[in-house]
Amino acid sequence: MIAIVDAGLGNIAAIATMLRRLGHPARIAKDPAELDGASHAILPGVGAFDRGKTLLDQGGFIPALTALRDRGQPILGICLGMQLLTRRSDEGQLPGLGWIPGETLRFDLDAQARQRLRIPHMGWNHIQVLQSEPLFDGHQEDRRFYFIHSYRVSCEDPNDIVATAWHGHDFVAVFRRATVLGTQFHPEKSHRHGLKLLDRFARWRP
Amino acid sequence: MTLQRRPRVIPVLLVKGSGLVKGVRFKKDAYIGDPLNAIRIFNEKEVDELIVLDILATVEGRGPDIERVRDWAGECFMPICYGGGVTTIDQMDALFAAGVEKISINSASVDDRLIGDAASRFGSQSVVGCIDVRASWFGRRKVVVRRGTRAIAEDPGAWARRLRDLGVGEILLQSIDRDGTMEGYDLELIHEVSAAVDIPVVALGGAGTVDHLGQGLAAGAAAVAAGSMFVFHGRHRAVLVTYPEQQELNRLTAASTPGQLL
Repeated sequence: MIAIVDAGLGNIAAIATMLRRLGHPARIAKDPAELDGASHAILPGVGAFDRGKTLLDQGGFIPALTALRDRGQPILGICLGMQLLTRRSDEGQLPGLGWIPGETLRFDLDAQARQRLRIPHMGWNHIQVLQSEPLFDGHQEDRRFYFIHSYRVSCEDPNDIVATAWHGHDFVAVFRRATVLGTQFHPEKSHRHGLKLLDRFARWRP
Repeated sequence: MTLQRRPRVIPVLLVKGSGLVKGVRFKKDAYIGDPLNAIRIFNEKEVDELIVLDILATVEGRGPDIERVRDWAGECFMPICYGGGVTTIDQMDALFAAGVEKISINSASVDDRLIGDAASRFGSQSVVGCIDVRASWFGRRKVVVRRGTRAIAEDPGAWARRLRDLGVGEILLQSIDRDGTMEGYDLELIHEVSAAVDIPVVALGGAGTVDHLGQGLAAGAAAVAAGSMFVFHGRHRAVLVTYPEQQELNRLTAASTPGQLL
């Protein structure tokens, strides 16, 4: 059973709808107790970093998520959920969970890129997969995902980088360290590409 | 890495009460079906983005139906833009929390402060300025609001510049005279407004074929939207929710200006 953390960080219904469509049992966890017995957890989120961290704290989710992580159960952060797994963010003052060595930074666009590209990075973009397993299969296919974000993650350990995307410069689109994963894009808004990714996540038994 | 991506092709659904409708030139609305059903079909077809407009909200003097929007967004496996009756920042907060990626402002776009506040709070990319254009009796174009019933400006290009300066990130440019005709976009209008602003212009009103979409892009639109084309089939306008095959849409990449901001 996959628990989707609902700390009040945006509508998580599309994630639940996708998992249901894929036939994976999922539960929306409005309370940390509802993470008990979960095989996987998804930590979604949209909005500002400090607000996200505060809501996670106030909801009491952090100990429950930590327990899952310590048992080696897969946890997937999506968008702000991914950024909250880093140590800190340029966007806020509060510390992140720090489960991934790295931080969340502003985009660093040069003058030329600034003329053509906007922040937030919003829209469909291609990703380049550096490590297939477990989220991607080995096929060299055109993978498009929907992004909407103003900050991006920087990993200290290059081995944690699973996929990159380009917006003025390459940035981390997907990371994984042991069983902690994050996607900067929204799989739940990315049609079959997202369905496939969530399916592979749900089937992953590390 | 290339900047060339296939331009977005966006179905527009019009909500009236609990159902979907589509008319001609904002009149003769025909019942199309249930919004969730259409959304599920568009999921299957992998549409780039979806625009859903509640066409009665402003006219009935009410705000968005947040619960309904939450239901739609929860079914959408693609980004969704909502429009209809949005007049306050609080409503926008509730809409984004309900899961929409963008909000379109039409009647309330006369409110400079609302647009400015929305852009600074939620980011320009999330705020779409919808411009409805209708020709007057003397053939002069006018910007109109409130379901086309009230003229607010003379020059669509100048109005688009004003919205851009206030902070909107995208213009949804609709020709009421072409609405529902499926005879092609008002290319002159698209050209004029696209030339006036440096933000993406999404063309709407008149598309009936993929060729029409290509013409809209060639005229300067950054993305193309349509209603009737994606809900009607054939001369008798039989209801059929549909979307061109991805392969067919791929030829639109050639129609757009290389390197243009999408």
